[in-house]
Amino acid sequence: MEEDSVIDAEGETVFATGGELHTLEGHPVEVADPGMPQLDFSTYPNQIFWLIITLLVIYFVLSRIALPRIGSVLAERAGTITKDLASAEELKAKAKEAEASYEKALADARAEAGRIAEETRAEIQAELDAQLAKADAEIAARTAESRKELEVIRAEADAAAAEVARETAREIVATFGAGADPGKVDAAVDARTKG
Amino acid sequence: MAEPSAEGELVFHPLDQFIVEPLFGDGPVRWFTLTNVTLWMALTVLAIILLLVVGTRGRAMIPSRAQSAAEMIYGFVYKMIEDISGKDGIRYFPYIMTLFLFILFANVLGLIPTSFATTSHIAVTGVLALAVFIGVTVLGFVKNGASFLGLFWVSSAPLVLRPALAIIELISYFVRPVSHSIRLGGNIMAGHAVMKVFAGFAAIAAISPISVLAITAIYGLEVLVAVIQAYVFAILTCVYLKDALHPAH
Repeated sequence: MEEDSVIDAEGETVFATGGELHTLEGHPVEVADPGMPQLDFSTYPNQIFWLIITLLVIYFVLSRIALPRIGSVLAERAGTITKDLASAEELKAKAKEAEASYEKALADARAEAGRIAEETRAEIQAELDAQLAKADAEIAARTAESRKELEVIRAEADAAAAEVARETAREIVATFGAGADPGKVDAAVDARTKG
Repeated sequence: MAEPSAEGELVFHPLDQFIVEPLFGDGPVRWFTLTNVTLWMALTVLAIILLLVVGTRGRAMIPSRAQSAAEMIYGFVYKMIEDISGKDGIRYFPYIMTLFLFILFANVLGLIPTSFATTSHIAVTGVLALAVFIGVTVLGFVKNGASFLGLFWVSSAPLVLRPALAIIELISYFVRPVSHSIRLGGNIMAGHAVMKVFAGFAAIAAISPISVLAITAIYGLEVLVAVIQAYVFAILTCVYLKDALHPAH
């Protein structure tokens, strides 16, 4: 495997002479001319020329078109976001205000309703009281009247009963044939019935 | 790029993917020649226009998916500059955005199989880094005059140490573009070369499953590297910009 050595007979590396190398598997490897294309100075003017053209084109495209455009889009977006946030804040404040006024209206309505209910209740109560008093007075009047009538009827009945008792007593006395004084009989009956 | 030859040999060309070649014909690569560099840089521009211009053409208040992505990149870079370079760094937003987007899209497009990664070339990353270095240095002197040199004079250190520190600061300042460019170019080149090497091994039946798994894993890693390197390049630019705007230690 002597010919596999990196250094050949002339003492030059195979990279320099384009000699042969063998891989581990035994495949012979030919190394091409190793001169780095990077160090080929004859191509420098060409590369530098085209590089400068390229950079100029990129610079003009960027500074004239791309960067102002992107910058303005970003600024516009930032402005829009700020504006949107501000208007959202404003809307939120408005919503809060609306909610407060709604709450206030609700409370007012509730108070008003309470007041009306109270008023109505008081009115009804007063009317009820008046009606009751009136009814009571009427009832009392009627009761008194009835009682008076009843007194009269009772007196009449008592008188009639006394009359009937006296007549009956007189008839009984007459029947027994005792000529009794009718006045005495009446007085005796009256004393009995009143007892 | 490994083709088993007639004898079953494997030929590795892991660096061939970086060769700059003319799109039409076989002539020499002159400075104006249309090459694969031109093609993939044009596609990078196209991708950027698609996302940031076509994607945002609705200017929608509620963004579409593309517009959302464009806005996210915008916000990300804007905030990065604001956080690192300060409020006065915002003036240089389009420049940093240009660098970030170019590197990001070139890196990501470079990951398409058989594509050409423009940011794997030190010529490209070197120009980017030098542009940042020269721009920031000039800006530093224009904004602060001679007091920009205070960046190298560490006033919080003991007086005897300051000359030594000034030399170290000066060296580290001039090394900036080197590390700035090699970090990006090296990362992209190494990742792509490793994937090509593994792809070469996939031709050997015995180890091809492992190779395919490894390529998948490395591809995932490279996607991460592509984005992170763009971010790192941009964030370092912001740091250098901060030094130019506020050189006091």
